[in-house]
Amino acid sequence: MVNLAHLIPVFPFAAFVVNILFGRKVKKFSAIVSISASVISFCLSVYTLVCFLKGQGAYSLFNWLIFGGISLNIGVIVDPLTCMMLVVVTIIGTLIQIYSIGYMKGDARFSRFFAYMSLFMGSMLGLLLADNFVMLYIFWEGVGLCSYLLISFWFEKPSAAKAGMKAFITTRIGDTGLLIGIFILIFSAHTVYFSELGNLGTGPLFTAAALLIFCGAVGKSAQFPLHVWLPDAMEGPTPVSALIHAATMVAAGVYLVARCFVLFSAHGAALITVAYVGGITAFFAATIAVVNNDIKRILAYSTISQLGFMMMGLGVGGYSAGVFHLMTHAFFKALLFLCAGSVIHSIGTQDIQKMGGVFRKMKITGLSFVIASLAISGIPPFAGFWSKDEILSEILKNGHPFLFVLATVTSLLTAFYMFRLVFLVLFGKSRSEIHPHESPNVMTIPLGILAVFAIFIGLVGSPFMNNAFQNFIYPHEAEIMKPDYAVMGLSTLLAMLGIAVAYLLYMLNKNLLPQRVRQYFGPLYNLVYNKYYIDEIYDFLFIRPTMRLAKLAFKFDLGVIDGTVNGVARLTVILSKIAAWIDRYIVDGAVNMTAKIVGIFSLVLRRMQTGYIQTYLLIAFFGLVIIIFVKLIIGG
Amino acid sequence: MIPESHFLILGAALFSIGVFGVFTRRNAIGILMSIELILNAANINLITFSKFSASPDGLGQIFALFVIAIAAASAVVGLCLVISIYRNSKTILVNKINLMKW
Repeated sequence: MVNLAHLIPVFPFAAFVVNILFGRKVKKFSAIVSISASVISFCLSVYTLVCFLKGQGAYSLFNWLIFGGISLNIGVIVDPLTCMMLVVVTIIGTLIQIYSIGYMKGDARFSRFFAYMSLFMGSMLGLLLADNFVMLYIFWEGVGLCSYLLISFWFEKPSAAKAGMKAFITTRIGDTGLLIGIFILIFSAHTVYFSELGNLGTGPLFTAAALLIFCGAVGKSAQFPLHVWLPDAMEGPTPVSALIHAATMVAAGVYLVARCFVLFSAHGAALITVAYVGGITAFFAATIAVVNNDIKRILAYSTISQLGFMMMGLGVGGYSAGVFHLMTHAFFKALLFLCAGSVIHSIGTQDIQKMGGVFRKMKITGLSFVIASLAISGIPPFAGFWSKDEILSEILKNGHPFLFVLATVTSLLTAFYMFRLVFLVLFGKSRSEIHPHESPNVMTIPLGILAVFAIFIGLVGSPFMNNAFQNFIYPHEAEIMKPDYAVMGLSTLLAMLGIAVAYLLYMLNKNLLPQRVRQYFGPLYNLVYNKYYIDEIYDFLFIRPTMRLAKLAFKFDLGVIDGTVNGVARLTVILSKIAAWIDRYIVDGAVNMTAKIVGIFSLVLRRMQTGYIQTYLLIAFFGLVIIIFVKLIIGG
Repeated sequence: MIPESHFLILGAALFSIGVFGVFTRRNAIGILMSIELILNAANINLITFSKFSASPDGLGQIFALFVIAIAAASAVVGLCLVISIYRNSKTILVNKINLMKW
């Protein structure tokens, strides 16, 4: 068995280079370049998985740096988590890229889009394979950069440019935490390798390191309070949203927590923080999703909520549950976004109040959407049911009643808002002049494939297959795992209830009841509708003071620094004017006067130089005569 | 017997005519001829003083012969110069030869 895992990110990077350098030449073939790179990466990922199953582990390629007593190897980690993520990311990435051919058709920057997509894939795959924090951080920033580039892909729109900036800056806050966490590990434990996280020992310093690393995850995975960038990230093209939400960007945060799970589980405080941040995020994002009216933003909030679920799962100690949900969520959330993209592509609006009755015209998209919604709501046997149920039972088993209540309410809300979306978009009568039509095959085929995954992928972690997934991911946890039928029943019941309420409110009452509900819960509705005013609070607390500070600095710059510089310049001008005057009238005057005196003399003297030899002779002769006379008079 | 002073006056007159010619002639050949006059004035003086000296040993006359020979040579050189100037500038008028004038 040859080690080929390190080649997995190379192909997308190569595709990026080709597309960014020769995009104008290859034009439409840039899609083929990117997709073939992704397919090769997928094949290599599967190969790596097979190698791993045959007993191959991590390996390092070469020594890169030696600093501060740490020898840094460029290495590759091959373990269940990485193998699973590699396969999931490459499958979903490939499907999304295929879908993008249809979605981005005719875009002016078609090949640049594929270049960025490849770079995104490559960075994520590199991140998954990194065996130390330094490499992880490099690719982590690469992922952040790509998200910026892709969210603000249509940078002609000011909102898209702003959203890209917001995503970049917000995640940067978390990344700073991560960087400090890595520094703590380097300086106090002299290690950057994930494999050594288990034997760090305890101490408040490492708890702080764990919390700081979690900060990075909070930023990337859009957890409260750094979730604000994700809904705005919807300004990007829909395949980008799908990629960010399913395979690459937000998965990185959860992956990081899972990767450092040993560190977290050694520090209870850090772990419980993860759980509560996740729980609060899950509930709070779900409530916003209930009242939002933008199809993509609802999905964005549902992503935040589901990521909260994963964090909660990891935080209560359910490692395999959290990772399992990460995987299933990747499939059905990619599917949801691609369906939403298909709908938007077809009718050209994102406002669900203007949609309705789309199902009649878009059967494949509609069916896929319903499947994905059932999956995310947690209806058996769809994918989301198994993973969400496992998280719920983990929470209950580890004794967090508050989180359990939060999680159950959230799953009720999830089912409700997803089916609110389904009923408003797909069924009923259309509420405005829209003309839906089914998208081309290149878009619907990825939908179909993902729909199959959304139905069946959950079964790998179900009791029907003896919890194969859990055994694979975390062998010593699954032994004590027994299906908790009470929790299963409860979560199914809650999901059903959510769907039923959605049906009641949005199908039967034709928008009447929601209006009354809105009036009845006026202030509360406004609070949630405005996303708890978090953007406004941030605006007031951070953005405006920063802007004010920036303006102050600008004024300082303009007044004092520029003033000093200008003053010096003005002084120099004055001095040089004086110097010029001296130069002109005194130095030049002296020189000119010398020249003029010489000139005056020469005016007289040159008359002697007639050029006639006889004149000279005459002068010489008379000179001689004069000399003789003088001699005679004086000498005698 | 012609007195000494008559010879000397002739010499001085010849010298003056020669000098005047040198200063006033514009023709290079004229200048050369005037120079010959000056040389001949000198010769007359040399012979006069040789003839009328207290011990006439004829040295002055020999010196005059030398001067005639050298004058002939210098006339050759001068005429050569005049010819080559004429070839170059198609003139022998010295005021027209102004190649080196400022």
